[in-house]
Amino acid sequence: MTAAIEPAPALTRESVLAALEEVPDPEIPNVSVVELGMIGEIEVESGDPGIRVELLPTFVGCPAIEVIRDAIAHRLEAFGRPVSVDVSFATPWSSDRISPAGREKLRRSGFAPPAWVASGRALPMLDLPPAGSSAGSALDLDAPVPCPFCGSERTSLQSAFGPTLCRMVWHCAECRQPFEAFKPV
Amino acid sequence: MTGPATGPATVRPTTIDPEAVARAVAPLGAATRRALGDLVLSMADDEFVSGFTDSEWTGIAPVLEEDVAMSSISQDELGHARGLYELLAAILDDGRDADAIAYDRSPAQYRHAALLDHARGTWADTIARRFLYELADEARLGSIGDGFAPLSDLVGKLRREERYHRMHAVAWLRRLAEGGTEARRRLEAALAALEPDAASVFTPLAGEAELLEAGILTRPLAAAEAAWRADLTTILVPLGLDLQPQQAEARVTAPARFGVGRMSHGKAFDWLHSQFTMVRATDPQAIW
Repeated sequence: MTAAIEPAPALTRESVLAALEEVPDPEIPNVSVVELGMIGEIEVESGDPGIRVELLPTFVGCPAIEVIRDAIAHRLEAFGRPVSVDVSFATPWSSDRISPAGREKLRRSGFAPPAWVASGRALPMLDLPPAGSSAGSALDLDAPVPCPFCGSERTSLQSAFGPTLCRMVWHCAECRQPFEAFKPV
Repeated sequence: MTGPATGPATVRPTTIDPEAVARAVAPLGAATRRALGDLVLSMADDEFVSGFTDSEWTGIAPVLEEDVAMSSISQDELGHARGLYELLAAILDDGRDADAIAYDRSPAQYRHAALLDHARGTWADTIARRFLYELADEARLGSIGDGFAPLSDLVGKLRREERYHRMHAVAWLRRLAEGGTEARRRLEAALAALEPDAASVFTPLAGEAELLEAGILTRPLAAAEAAWRADLTTILVPLGLDLQPQQAEARVTAPARFGVGRMSHGKAFDWLHSQFTMVRATDPQAIW
């Protein structure tokens, strides 16, 4: 209906990316799928499909993949061209892909951004405690995760698993708040 | 969709592009294709059965953090199984979708390793099983080469996630081993009970030679098993724990294409199967 009144917007890689900036993550709606680094290659062609977008899931078992895929396809319908959204692991999503703006929005939403890990196929730099030391946190993360509420680095990991696959639970000794952090992966 | 209303709903794959998989399968010979299907089936069934078994802890784990952790790990494993079943459906291209492969087989047709064919048991049983499996899974994932890109791409992503499962299992193994007399007694009993099945993840596949030839595997499963044994020793010996897993049964009984370690299942799996097929049996058209 809108398309009958307004002409379809100019179709370029940049205009597609700008449109995708408006597609929120369903579990953290303040952050877009672009800011979370979930968009891979974007191809704009004269043939069919006109627009091909590569979607890089944060986790293989993420239950929101279908919702995100459909939301992207729905948003790009405005271009009036066939759209193909292809899930891909050829470039494995890493938490390092989250943009600086995305990291800041996560923090302001109460989620500590993830510590940096090596990009590419390398595994997160997470070390096991030395044998025999079962005291304290079972996991030892390289970089301290600052509290998203007060900024203190007097924080400790409570659990490497949280309410969604991509989050874990920390505690701040300064402001005595539990908080969630994005999993470095 | 047209067709009989009583038939199961066909679900569009979430994690793969069937056409891209078809292009990657095309150059493979029939024997390699069959061996690839067997490998992916064994990996998928392992993750699927492990995920369903451990999801039984949701709500009743020893502490709140472990309720969350076991639910999250199980969700990961079931998600990995979904990715592998979707890949398998595209490789086999026999009209079955991932759900049909996951849910429409009789218990005897599943090919998960004997290690995972145990009831949930106590917390110590779960930690012992998860510890042995996570280390084995890591050795297996580390044996997947670039010969079939849709699999190696997926495995590259899985390895990043499985790292957290390994840390969880190893941390709890240490906690139980050093957590006092009763915890240690239970852990030792659990490890002893699993000893005969511990190496079954490396049960040979009839098509291993084809997989090595195609670069889909970079080393035989027996070599992955040797790496796993070395990894186990590094963790168990400092804790004073002794485990002597029996060698994975080398015999592949014709006409089965899997060794015996993936061929026989017990009553615990019959029960689990009745649970995880319940929704599908009640309403085949349910999408969930």
